[in-house]
Amino acid sequence: MSLRPSATFPQNVLDEIHRAADQGIYEIRGFGAKRRLPNFDDLVFLGASMSRYPLEGYREKCATDVVMGTRYAKKPIELKIPITIAGMSFGALGANAKEAIGRAATAMGTSTTTGDGGMTEAERQSSKALVYQVLPSRYGLNPDDLRRADALEVVVGQGAKPGGGGMLLGHKITQRVAEMRDLPRDIDQRSACRHPDWTGPDDLTIKIQELREITDWEIPIYIKIGATRVSYDVALAVKAGADVIVVDGMQGGTAATQDVFIEHVGIPTLPAVRMAVEALQELGMHRKVQLIVSGGIRSGADVAKALALGADAVSIGSAALVAMGCNRSVFVEDYEALGTAPGYCHHCHTGRCPVGITTQDPELEERLQPEQGARWLRNYLTTMVLELQTLARACGKSHVLNLEPEDLTALTIEAAAMAKVPLAGTDWIPGNNK
Amino acid sequence: MTVFDLNSDSVRALNQHLHDASSDYLTVKNPAGRHCIACGVDSAVEVSIDGHVGYYCAGMNKKAQVTIAGNAGPGVAENIMSGTVRIRGNASQYAGASGRGGTLIIEGDASARCGISMKGVDIVVAGSVGHMSAFMAQKGSLVVCGDAGDFLGDSIYEACIYVRGKIGELGADCIEKEMTAAHLDSLAQLLTSTGVDANAKEFRRYGSARKLYNFNVDHADDY
Repeated sequence: MSLRPSATFPQNVLDEIHRAADQGIYEIRGFGAKRRLPNFDDLVFLGASMSRYPLEGYREKCATDVVMGTRYAKKPIELKIPITIAGMSFGALGANAKEAIGRAATAMGTSTTTGDGGMTEAERQSSKALVYQVLPSRYGLNPDDLRRADALEVVVGQGAKPGGGGMLLGHKITQRVAEMRDLPRDIDQRSACRHPDWTGPDDLTIKIQELREITDWEIPIYIKIGATRVSYDVALAVKAGADVIVVDGMQGGTAATQDVFIEHVGIPTLPAVRMAVEALQELGMHRKVQLIVSGGIRSGADVAKALALGADAVSIGSAALVAMGCNRSVFVEDYEALGTAPGYCHHCHTGRCPVGITTQDPELEERLQPEQGARWLRNYLTTMVLELQTLARACGKSHVLNLEPEDLTALTIEAAAMAKVPLAGTDWIPGNNK
Repeated sequence: MTVFDLNSDSVRALNQHLHDASSDYLTVKNPAGRHCIACGVDSAVEVSIDGHVGYYCAGMNKKAQVTIAGNAGPGVAENIMSGTVRIRGNASQYAGASGRGGTLIIEGDASARCGISMKGVDIVVAGSVGHMSAFMAQKGSLVVCGDAGDFLGDSIYEACIYVRGKIGELGADCIEKEMTAAHLDSLAQLLTSTGVDANAKEFRRYGSARKLYNFNVDHADDY
């Protein structure tokens, strides 16, 4: 007779209840949402045939350059590719990983971003275009780094935890990290979820004025939001004076956050893109205020679909780490020591990253040499761009920003409703009553 | 002496002038509550502001000596790095927020969240401060010659708080601590150097109980 599992209490739920009973605290972990969510895989492109002409691969040009910050900044950022690197802190990541990311981004002509913990000299030196985050914690924030940044990003929220603050557990607070953050060593650092000196969009408008005054109106100012009430938040970010808005869907990664937050707060990237674009269009600001979309972007296909829905660029975080070896099947015994295995690891929060990325341990960090990491990330970004161009050419586009919602169709009713593109083989967009 | 009259000159022109560091002394007339006056200064200029200022006056100040002969709006001297900012009147919310160095003197009262997230600045308030002052304060000193509102020092790290008057309810993990000779000395020096007339011996010291530094299930009620 076969054993009958409970659908309400499957093994992973039982395990979690047992863990909670043992430890008396929520699970904290890294990576992003692990549950199945409606995503870009639920959309496909309608390649050109009789009614539209495709472009010849390798012969007819398909441009990928984009410009960020054209609204107010004297010096907008010119990117060669519409794929940027998301904010990840020194502290969450080791110095080698940060340097590798900077080198790869620079070689590819794109930007990289600091994180909750300030700017390191190495990442400034290795990154041609560096976006400096202004976070609620303000760790390490200083006007010198503001002035040597290429753009500022006011972080209101992130997809993994909209409404939540930062978290870095004590074992990653080494002397160097502690000094950068003005904190004692070895303590669990739970940083604020609200900014200390503004509340609400009216204050933020003035805060942005201040940041512009300090930087003499030269560099673009981004506002990053975790995807929840996207329509309102994007409209308010425009009103607050953003040059660029970053919308991070719930698949976005984190180095350490409560599992309950990662899995149960926010909306997926797929509807978030469409809502953000609609909000910009309603205000007549689409393409005037640039939109960067992030959260679970993994391939050139994901990039192409985000752009077709109206984004100006995407941002990758987790995928960049995977390219540099995250969850690669090496040092398997070290994954086992963490109670996990390659392919399942989300133990960024422990500081014991088996592949030397999310760690401050010198021995583990040796496993990721900046040159090798940069090579992997460059190869991955190159692949994504080639994929993106392949799809854009197939739709007859000579620039990737010419991709449009009409190039897409949905495979599921959910995706059709969320992205507002028709279900394949129909002209039906659920919820579209016009 | 350079004079900017904000009835005719723009805040942008003033700040650009200050960033270009072309004066030793500068007076700002008719500030009229405008925002972002004298922010991002990175030179040892003396700035006198004749009147009330809006948000973020002297934000991220480095080296400059800024005096506001009036009241200050929210976020005055936010993220101050060095130098001195003196307010002759009262200050609104978040005065000295996340300040990393330098000195902020408020001769009147300060509102809520004074010294929130402070990271090394010394703040001396001749009057009283509002609720949630020194929230998550990491480093530096907050001196309050009057009273402090509720939830003082909530989730405080290693900053020192000195209060002469009454305090409301203390914030999570904030406790009264012994006033050692070293603390008394450092407080007396701070009062003297800022020209605030108060006797250090009349103050009590508050700081972190450090119970929230590493999660302990038995302290869950403190969160």
